[in-house]
Formats: sequence, C-alpha cells, structure tokens
Amino acid sequence: MPSAIVNEYFRTKKLPQIWCPGCGHGIITRAITVALDKSNLNRDKICIVSGIGCSSRATGYLDFDTLHTTHGRAIAFATGIKLAKPELTVIVITGDGDCTAIGGNHLIHACRRNIDITAIVFNNNIYGMTGGQYSPTTPKYDKGTTAPYGNIDKSFDIPGLAAAAGATYVARATAYHANLLISLIQKGINNKGFSLIEAISDCPTYYGRKNKKGDAVDMLEWQKKYAINVTAASKMPPESLKGKFIIGEFKNTTEPEYTDEYQKIIDNIGKE
Amino acid sequence: MQEFDVINGNKAAAIAAALVNPDVIAAYPITPQTPVVEYLTQFAADGVLKSSMSEVESELSAMSVLTGASLAGARTFTATSSQGLSLMYEPYFRASTLRLPIVMAIVNREMISPQTVWGGPQDSISVRDAGWLQIYVEDNQEILDMIIQAYKIAENKDVLLPINICYDGFYLSHMTEKVFIPEQEKVAKFIGKYNPEHIILDPKRPMAVDPLTNGDLLMEYRYKHLKSQQNALKVIDETDSEFEYLFGRSYGGLIEEYRMEDAEIAILVMGSLTGAAKEAVDIKRKKGVKIGLIKVRALRPFPKERIIKALGKIRAFGVVDRNVSFGWNTGVVYQEVKSALYESGKIVPSVPFVGGLGGEDITVKMMIESIDKINSIEKNHNTVWLTRE
Repeated sequence: MPSAIVNEYFRTKKLPQIWCPGCGHGIITRAITVALDKSNLNRDKICIVSGIGCSSRATGYLDFDTLHTTHGRAIAFATGIKLAKPELTVIVITGDGDCTAIGGNHLIHACRRNIDITAIVFNNNIYGMTGGQYSPTTPKYDKGTTAPYGNIDKSFDIPGLAAAAGATYVARATAYHANLLISLIQKGINNKGFSLIEAISDCPTYYGRKNKKGDAVDMLEWQKKYAINVTAASKMPPESLKGKFIIGEFKNTTEPEYTDEYQKIIDNIGKE
Repeated sequence: MQEFDVINGNKAAAIAAALVNPDVIAAYPITPQTPVVEYLTQFAADGVLKSSMSEVESELSAMSVLTGASLAGARTFTATSSQGLSLMYEPYFRASTLRLPIVMAIVNREMISPQTVWGGPQDSISVRDAGWLQIYVEDNQEILDMIIQAYKIAENKDVLLPINICYDGFYLSHMTEKVFIPEQEKVAKFIGKYNPEHIILDPKRPMAVDPLTNGDLLMEYRYKHLKSQQNALKVIDETDSEFEYLFGRSYGGLIEEYRMEDAEIAILVMGSLTGAAKEAVDIKRKKGVKIGLIKVRALRPFPKERIIKALGKIRAFGVVDRNVSFGWNTGVVYQEVKSALYESGKIVPSVPFVGGLGGEDITVKMMIESIDKINSIEKNHNTVWLTRE
C-alpha cells in the first residue's frame, strides 16, 4: 500500500515508477510533495514543469498540473507559465544535464531575472536516461560511457552558479538528508523570487557502477559521511573540508521579483 | 574476403566514421543515437580513432563546433536524432548554405508531441529543404557503406554540400545484423583527402566568412546551391558504381528498383520498412500480381528523372510513408513522387499510405493489403492509414 502522502500527491495508477532500484530520485520526488503539503498551498494553483532525463520523469507521477517539456527547456517553459499566470506557484524539476548542460542558458537568465520559480535540480552526476554519459557535474577524472578513461571537464558547482547569476534562494541537500531537503524546498517555495535547490541524488546503475561507488546504500552513506552543514563548515578550517561537500542554505535574500517589477511598470504607465 | 561482424546500426555508423577517421567529431547523446557517441568515444579512447572527439553541451553546440572545424579545413562527423536535430536547426541550415561538406548520421526518431522516443523519419524529413543532401537506408550494411560514400559525395567539387545518412531508430539502430567491414586503407583510398578551396580559414588566403550580404548576391548563392544539388544526382549514382567496383556492394544510387522490369503496378517506400515491402512483393508475385518496388534512397536531391523512368510503364502506384506532410493529408514522399510524375506528363492513379508513425510496426500483411489496394484503384485514392487491428 502506498503511504498517505503518496496516495494524496501521486498518480498512483502510474506507479511503480521507471527509476532503477536504489535511485535517489524517488526520495527527492517524495520530498517535494511533503514540502508542498506543508506549504498549505491551493493545489489547483501549483504547476510542476520538467525537462528531459531521469529527473524529469517525475512530472508523470505527480498529481498536479504538470508539464513534461523538451531537453533543457523546463525553466523557459516555466517562465512562460509564470508570466501568463503570476499567481501560480511554479515548480521546476530538472537534472544536472537538463539544467546545466543543454539548458544552462535558461538557468542563468532565470536567476538573473529573479523570477518566482522554484527549481529543484536532481543531481545524479551523469546522464542517466541515455545510459551513463558524463554530465557537467560528473567530477573531474570520473568515468562515463563517453569518458572511458575519465572526464577532463571541470564540474559545475550548481548552487555557486545560481547564486552568482542572481538567484535569491540557493540551497543544497541530498537524498540521504531528506528532512533537510524538505525544509529547504519549503523555504524555496516561500521565497518570492528564483529559488534553486540542488538535491544530490545517487545513480547506482550508471555513475555508481562506472566509478566503483558501491551499491545504493553505499552511495547514500557516502552522502551522509561527506556532507557538512554550511553552519558547521563555516567554523571549520579549510583543510578539514577537503573531499567534503557542503549542504544547507547558501543564500536567502530579498530582491525585487520579475513579475512584480513587470506589473509595476504597467501600473506606473497607467498612472501617467 | 572482407571481415564481418554482427552489429547493430549504431555500431555500424560508428565503425564507418572510425574507418573514415575524421579530424573532428562533436556530438551530444540523445535516444536512439546515444550508442554512436559511446562507441566513438570508446574508439577514440582506445586510439583506434584519431579524431578529436568532444561530447559537447547540446546539439546546437555540436553543429556549431563542426561548422568551425569544417571552416578550419577539417573533415567532420556527428550524429543526432529528432529533438536534437530541431535544436540544431540554426547551424544546420547554415552548414549547407556555407557549403560545408559535413557528414551527419540521423538516427530517425519521431517528433514530439506527444512525447516519444521511437523510430520514424519525421525529424529529417521535416528539414529536407534546408539544403543538405539526404539519403535514407534500409539496413545496417547500408548505414556503414553510405557513411563512407557520404564523404565522397559531399566533398565532390561539383557538390560541396553537407549530407545526412538517415536510418530508422531502433529498427536499425538497436537491431543486430551481419555487416561486412571494409579495410581502412581501401576506405582511405576511396574517399581521398579533403582539400577545401571554396571556403577555408587560411592565413595565406584570408577570407571574411559570412559578412552581411544583399539579396542580389544571396540569389546567386542560392542559384549555385540548387545547381549543386542537381549535380549531386549524378555524383550519387557514380559514387555507388565506384563503391561497387572497390567493395562489391551496390545500392542502385538514387533509387533501388526491385522486380520492376515487367511491373504493371508499383509500391514506393523509403527506409527500413523496405524489407517488409519486398517480402510482400515476393508473395504477391507468386500469386501472379505484376508488382514492383522502388526504394527511394535520395530524398534530397529528389531523383525526379529516375523515378519518371522507373514508373514509365506502370498503370498505378502507391507510396507508403512513415511520416506526414501537415497540410497535404498524406506523407511527404507521396507528394514528391507525384510532383516528379507531373513533369513526365504521364499521370496514373495513385494511393498514399501513412503508417508506422511513432515506431509502430508496418507488417508484411499491411504491405500485402497496400499492394491489393494499389492493384484495385482506377483513379486517385484518399490516404489509407495503416493501423493496428
């Protein structure tokens, strides 16, 4: 029997989902529904948009108004939805490939505009849907099917990229740190502006196997072991952070939001 | 004797590219093309392939990278499918109008919406008027052989145009068949060296590529481009003969005629569904129906003269299209064939068939029913949709 939250927010007839056994995407997708549940929003005023890839299959399972789009374009489609109906809560589900490779340009410009969209980036460090090619977040020298002897590209720090480009809420958690993830997503939804939450997932099938990361449990334990909370990290000497990665809230500021600014222009011209 | 292997269509494409050893390959993975990229990176990593091989961040980048590489004098290769091809459209059109002989395999996949990943040539057919040469193949051997031929056709001084070798996703890309693999030295000899003179970034001969140009000059470019497409008609046929002489395999060039010698009616097809159609033709032949088949191999340039000649004596024909022409209520190849025949002045009854969209199977039974329909018509018939029972 599915849990109450799954029964309420998932298209249960579409389950079981397509993701591989041990994939972190199920945990992250559930976290989104819990965050939405806790946010007490009118469900008819929520729209969830995804691109292409493993992450983006999520919209097929979620019982909201959902839109499965083309590769890399989720944020652009979502921008259109928000511009047409600013009263909607617009959520984007995207992946490392979708968001930072083929759709990277849309990401930085949505950040720059600070448009009120919450993007959750499922980062599994690989192109999973097409079978394990390296992505912009595959760590340098790690392997993919298109990098049999290691990838020579530097990987993106997605929160760093979003913060620098102007997103007003930026955070990161992992599939292991599901409770933290839920609260960060919830805060992202509450932020009036562009919010980006990176959710570190695990891909035992492609990234894990290719890079000898063990099984799904090993990969989740890796998340537990190497993640340091941003508050704790700020008090630690840099050398002790080597090999670790930081989770938590990186940026939470209030700045003018795009659809508000747009309306202001219209209102001001109307007065003249 | 030539070496052979039992491989899928994507591997045949990758091996063909590796035999050619282009200078630069740039590609982005997309279903069902992905294994082409994987095989090529593996070949490059193993040192079998000497090309600079890059997995770029999108198809838009892939074709732009190849445009730069080709302008710098490189021989290039890439492959894509469906949405990847659509994303590539801006540099795609420009590669042909810049007259860069880039070779790209298109692993045919249906266009969305609805969301689909299955086979069908709607992707490449939708860009048939972007100035590229387009050849559609039937099996894995033909994929390998045509990618090799593609370089010789595209780089011919009377052509100098980019070329697509199009093969059906999954039906060919993921199906294994016996494929003969020619020797690399022979391939190198066959295609020769690429020495661009018409457009090249060469410090010894500086060139401003693509400054803003007025219509009068643009029209001259288009005139020459159209003429080169027509030149390709002859070059495609000749290349097929030269290939046969060296490697022992021929495909008929622009079109393949199958049991057309004494045919009274004809069925026209393109791509992997040719196999089912040939089987249906054999079955009906045994029952005394004088049916022949034409496999349209070149969609661009369209082999008008050869189609007119091949259909010269028939009393009715049908075209099975695995694609649609929005606005015509038929498939695309049907309209092309009809246009060609109009110029011959000999108008015979015909029937368009549409089927196999989104990877749907086109069975031998459907082909037999189609032949029966062609055999029965006395005037033009509306589109017949080949659907599941």
